[in-house]
Amino acid sequence: MGIEPGRIQFSWISSAESTKFVQVVNEVTKTIKALGPNKNFVKRPVAETVSKVA
Amino acid sequence: MLEYIDKIKEISTRLLTEKKVDIIIGFRKGTLPMSNEPCFAKNAEDIKSFVWDSNCGINLANYLPNRKEKIGIIAKGCDSRNIVTHIIENKIKRDQLVIIGVPCKGMIDRKKISDMFEKEITEVTEKQGKITVKGNGVEKTIEKSKVLQENCAICIHRNPVIYDELAAEKVEEQKNVDRYEDVRKVEAMTPEDKWKYFDNLLENCIRCYACRNACPLCYCPTCFVDEAKPQWVGKSQDPTDTRTFHFLRAFHCAGRCTDCGACVRACPMGINVRAFTKKLEKDCFELFNWEAGLSMDERPPLDTFKPTDPDEFIK
Repeated sequence: MGIEPGRIQFSWISSAESTKFVQVVNEVTKTIKALGPNKNFVKRPVAETVSKVA
Repeated sequence: MLEYIDKIKEISTRLLTEKKVDIIIGFRKGTLPMSNEPCFAKNAEDIKSFVWDSNCGINLANYLPNRKEKIGIIAKGCDSRNIVTHIIENKIKRDQLVIIGVPCKGMIDRKKISDMFEKEITEVTEKQGKITVKGNGVEKTIEKSKVLQENCAICIHRNPVIYDELAAEKVEEQKNVDRYEDVRKVEAMTPEDKWKYFDNLLENCIRCYACRNACPLCYCPTCFVDEAKPQWVGKSQDPTDTRTFHFLRAFHCAGRCTDCGACVRACPMGINVRAFTKKLEKDCFELFNWEAGLSMDERPPLDTFKPTDPDEFIK
């Protein structure tokens, strides 16, 4: 639908798998930081939209 | 298809007089051309207003959930698949229903026809695969196959999958149909192009929810867009909210959508709402070999688990 690959990720981690959890979180953070800030699905503040229209 | 009506009326009258059912859900002529409306017949008199032609695109399965009485219902191929889905999802019981199956040759797209004429259309009639349109001084005959609803043109389940009575001989199913050409086009786009494609698609959406209301799958007592505590999605026409509504609705229909086209038909703004549901329909078919509403004995892919699940996207 226009979201970059990598911005949404799914994992299956048991509550006993703490190391896997850390690993996955670090990996996700890294990928997403590399992608940069999200541009889509962001609501612009009203002021910004108004100034654009004007 | 017009000739079905005598048989439909005959079966309906019989069912009502023999008290096999309390009501029959069928179609009667609407106030405007090409817009037949649902009709709930309670006696033989009501049945006289029943009609059957290529304008019966509304999915009558939409009127079944949670009804208590015994119902006779007229069902095309797609309606019958949605009836199966309702039975599987416990929205209606099989023994409450007498299904009058109608083999379907496709419904016409009234937007396609009205787009061909500048002036108002006052009368539309059909005969042997040809549609004659009359309006303020103009008259034109069109091939029905040229003005079919998009989903009807690629339909491969024209005959009802369950029925108690049949209104006509079964029709030949269409073969060698490429059902997913449009989805593949979108899939091939880059993320940016996809975003733009959906932006354009939804530009005209007025959030009237006609697509949701016409959809037999959308029977939640409170839809997530109507909920106020918590409010899941904004009520405005902010593009983010509009997009959230359409995508979430499509996901709610995953593995359940029969591609009946009711959403597209209902849309007053001419948005191709099927662009959302169809991708999920394709995924269900390719990943799980699943087409919704074909069998009462098989559980839908989203409420079963198989060791062979293609779950590569989960890390």
